[in-house]
Amino acid sequence: MSILVIAEIDSHGIKAATRSAITAAGQLGGDVHLLLAGSDLEGIALQAKSIKGLSKILVADAAEYANGIAENLTPLLVKLAPGYSTVLAAATSFGKNLLPRAAALLDAAMVSEVTQIIGERTFVRPIYAGNLNATVTAPAGLALITIRQTVFEAVAETGGDGAVESIAATGDAGKAQFISRELAVSDRPELASAKVVISGGRSLGSKEIFHDTLEPLAAQLGAAIGATRAAVDSGMAPNDAQVGQTGTVIAPDLYIAFGVSGAAQHVGGIKDAKVIVAVNHDAEAPIFKVADYGLVADLFDVVPELSAALKQ
Amino acid sequence: MKILVGIKRVVDYQVTVRPAADGKGVETAGVKMSINPFDENALEAAVRLKEAGVATEVLAVAIGSAANQDVLRHALAMGADRALLVETDAVVQPLQTAKIYRALVEREAPQLVMTGKQAIDDDAAETAQMLAALLAWPQATFASSVQISDGKATVVREIDGGQETLQLALPAVISADLRLNEPRFIKLPALMMAKKKLLENIALAELGDTAAPSLTLLNVAEPPPRKAGRILNNVAELVAALRAEKVLP
Repeated sequence: MSILVIAEIDSHGIKAATRSAITAAGQLGGDVHLLLAGSDLEGIALQAKSIKGLSKILVADAAEYANGIAENLTPLLVKLAPGYSTVLAAATSFGKNLLPRAAALLDAAMVSEVTQIIGERTFVRPIYAGNLNATVTAPAGLALITIRQTVFEAVAETGGDGAVESIAATGDAGKAQFISRELAVSDRPELASAKVVISGGRSLGSKEIFHDTLEPLAAQLGAAIGATRAAVDSGMAPNDAQVGQTGTVIAPDLYIAFGVSGAAQHVGGIKDAKVIVAVNHDAEAPIFKVADYGLVADLFDVVPELSAALKQ
Repeated sequence: MKILVGIKRVVDYQVTVRPAADGKGVETAGVKMSINPFDENALEAAVRLKEAGVATEVLAVAIGSAANQDVLRHALAMGADRALLVETDAVVQPLQTAKIYRALVEREAPQLVMTGKQAIDDDAAETAQMLAALLAWPQATFASSVQISDGKATVVREIDGGQETLQLALPAVISADLRLNEPRFIKLPALMMAKKKLLENIALAELGDTAAPSLTLLNVAEPPPRKAGRILNNVAELVAALRAEKVLP
């Protein structure tokens, strides 16, 4: 049977996380269809058509699907799901909000934040903030799955030729009303998918120092800026900069942690990075246990030195 | 308005968890257990709504063995008016939890259900959404701000890359993120008072059929360790190492 992937749409079109979900769907075997639900989808449907790995794109274009309201999207999922073996989405805030709601109404198995597909119904998922991995089997029948985008490489945006089919909308459930959305505006790449991430902990001291210390180096490296929970809680960095199991889970090629102690939930969110660098004046900081390279030094000395060395 | 708050008893967040000897679970013998931190945020929000005169009663509920009385006493000390323990020795997964909560909602008729966005043991982040679906109520997950007025909840949610604001018609289900509030510190008199509050036990079977499809746990293991790192002497060595790894230009 086929697999239905739920697309996530933002102002730039279909998110890269959705293309990671298509990769995961491909590993399960069978045809992969994409559900594109939103409003004003003409251009986005064309974008979807060229994504590799899709045999069909279902387009549900209606005002009630704008803004990803789970109460409105769930009836559509419930209607479509019985025709599929698996419904799959990325474990973003959108996917995590939507799929469990649909799973309950379908009385189907739900497997969240999958990091490895072992068999058709056997999966690995992190538990205890990523300190342990659980291997679980879902019962036969329909399963709803969210996958961690950082461990499944996104399929190509081009080279595909899926059939586009319009489907009927299911109406406005009238339960939840979208008021507003405030997304952080930054010249830096998105934290979840950046190739290089630099981050700071509470020892940066203040919002101004945090920004003035890390921003020029991030610009130089083309890096996203992350922060620890402590730095976020003390107002030095915005909420969406929090790196860790309870913030954003990342897997960049290079992660440099400045003044980060290495709490378990932070480490749980960075351990899939290819290379981890820790800079901390405290040689006993737990971050050094997971770092590939460590510098026991004052970050305020290291940042300008690193910046200067990169110019050479 | 009555608020029902779902509480889970989990391994304390400061404990370093280990796989059980048989690899089929987590070692819990002699391990400190606590209220799930996100549930504590949900409870704090509910108690503040009562203190503000918006809510009239806060009911804390937990599912599990008799040992759960400790987290429910904690909830009562934080300001819940009464507590309810659904007793079972079985491992209860999110969809079954949602079905149990639904049965309690039918008995207790709250206007709002609050719980943590996820439990820090299984990290599923599913129960609130499932309960909202079963009740056909609206949901606001990952809440960092909740305001109630005129039968509506205005909720700011933490989403990838920022936040969004939703308005829900009550009754509704809200799941709490850490930044919703800072849970209060419990003082001794509150703990003493909590002992006088009502803590009711219900056998799971009393709530009717709550069976749900469940996952079978095959194995729990530590993730493969990262290779041992190196402490370098200076920035020049670091840049050379990173260039050798081809992660720096």
